[in-house]
Amino acid sequence: MSAYYQLDFEKPLVELDRQIEALETQLKNEQPAAAGDPGSHVAKLTADIASLRARHASELKAIYAKLTPWQTVRVARHPQRPQTRDYVAMICRDFTELHGDRRFGDDPAMVTGFARIGPLKVMVVGHQKGKETSEKIACHFGCAHPEGYRKALAKMKLAAKYGVPIVTLVDTPGAYPGLGAEQRGQAEAIAVNMLEMSRLAVPIVSIVIGEGGSGGALGIAVADRVAMLSNSWYSVISPEGCAAILWKEANEQTNSAAAKSLKLTASDNLALGIVDDVIPEPPGGAHRDARSTAMNLQAWIVQQIQRLRTVPANDLLERRYERFRKMGVYIEQAEPAASA
Amino acid sequence: MARRASETPTRTWNEVRPQRRSAIPEGLWLRCQACGKMVYRRHLEANLNVCPECDFHHRISAAERIGQLADTDSFQEMFGNLSAADPLQFKDLKAYSDRLLAEQIKTGAKDAIKAGRMFIKGREAMVCCLDLTFMMGSMGSVVGETITRAIEEATRTGLPLVIVSCSGGARMQESGLSLMQMAKTSAALARYDQAGGLFISVLTDPTTGGVTASFAMLGDVIFAEPNALIGFAGPRVIQQTIRQELPEGFQRSEFLRKSGLVDRVIHRSQLRNEIARIIDYSGK
Repeated sequence: MSAYYQLDFEKPLVELDRQIEALETQLKNEQPAAAGDPGSHVAKLTADIASLRARHASELKAIYAKLTPWQTVRVARHPQRPQTRDYVAMICRDFTELHGDRRFGDDPAMVTGFARIGPLKVMVVGHQKGKETSEKIACHFGCAHPEGYRKALAKMKLAAKYGVPIVTLVDTPGAYPGLGAEQRGQAEAIAVNMLEMSRLAVPIVSIVIGEGGSGGALGIAVADRVAMLSNSWYSVISPEGCAAILWKEANEQTNSAAAKSLKLTASDNLALGIVDDVIPEPPGGAHRDARSTAMNLQAWIVQQIQRLRTVPANDLLERRYERFRKMGVYIEQAEPAASA
Repeated sequence: MARRASETPTRTWNEVRPQRRSAIPEGLWLRCQACGKMVYRRHLEANLNVCPECDFHHRISAAERIGQLADTDSFQEMFGNLSAADPLQFKDLKAYSDRLLAEQIKTGAKDAIKAGRMFIKGREAMVCCLDLTFMMGSMGSVVGETITRAIEEATRTGLPLVIVSCSGGARMQESGLSLMQMAKTSAALARYDQAGGLFISVLTDPTTGGVTASFAMLGDVIFAEPNALIGFAGPRVIQQTIRQELPEGFQRSEFLRKSGLVDRVIHRSQLRNEIARIIDYSGK
């Protein structure tokens, strides 16, 4: 456990981790000598470890039960948090990766390919942030370029052509802001993706697995059903970006205030109707138990797609349109007496 | 022709305060911030708020834009009954509800958009104009809803659609709901497209963020006014990311035209003509 990168609010756990580890080392050293003796030192050690573990578990649960929005953002960015390729490895069989946008290049920040999930054949599309330094740099830390969005669309259209449902995994701080990205039409690429996804006649499900940063996230998230993992965030701008503009400076305090104001957590987005479901993560976040998170993810994907597959294509598209059409909160006054 | 991009983020015509002994009444003369020359206000207005000296296209409000585009008295406003709620109870240094009220009082408008039907050189069209004077033309629920309704109305009636964009992007104070307006307007445009509609998108200074990354870049034909800042990310964000100076003219209309992202860069005086021409070619 102590191998984990520690978030500051997890400090109470660090000491427990250390104690558990110390006792475990002791236990390892003593075991051969006095195995099987109930009143022995070993039994006491085992009991101590168990009680420390229980304390650790309840402490962990307590901390994660009352994460602030800003802390949630920090969990969503945890370096050990599972990424698209991790989930692909855990829930997909026979993953057949497909590369390139046929126009400019192959963006490693966007992973696309056919795969089997449970009983389903699907097209998987997801942002990849990268794990090792070299991969992170190649992926621009999950910030896709226009060629990434165009690659995603090309593969989604391919899937639609053969009636294969689409699963998208969203995990990006935002689309890449750079010279080449602008020159090659970052805005156009995202806009076209949203337009085209709204009329792809196959079921589409999207899950925000980490960061759902603005247009860069939505560019692959115009779906029939959208879910968020419980410690992910989804918003129009990052807390830092928002703080820098509206609070005039981004620091720990303003970031925290912005995160709160932006209503970016999974439960906030659920309440606003922006997402349909929240997929639970184990206590302490997805990075503590990637496999059980992946199982929850898989169960949701399979259930949703099986349901959506029974809906006739026309109804599917109509409902998808309505899903986004009804979004927005405004005040509508009665029309003034009709003017000629 | 001393024409240059202004270094300041917002370009405005500074009213020149008359000297005490000056015979010129206040506000008659203005200084062009691009070329620094003195311009007679009525000349400027007659010139569509383009500097007669240096051709600099000054930012204009939605009402002015409509006045410039529409045949005389042909504009009929629609969907003007929508105003912003504050669904998130958003508060930064100032509460969103207070900000909204202040902007409404300042501009006399309900939100950052005006929409309706008009005739442009005798051709009828649905037109939406974003308004920079209201919270930097940002898109929240009201702007998104108005544009979507206009698209749906154009789809229903078969009218051509013209959207004149100028915006700082999605409105942060409505967070996720603002973001969803990008998907909503894009989905509505997909249907308009399927119905064979003609959408002319006009990009003006500045068009950035979530507005560029949704309807603004989805035009069947895309026009841009000269030297307008158009982009996904703002220049400052890009500079911070890449840590180097941005090339001259980067993210300006002419740069986008060279990059293949807009069809034509159009002088404001020609906008009506050019819109009418495209409408004629489309047979709408």
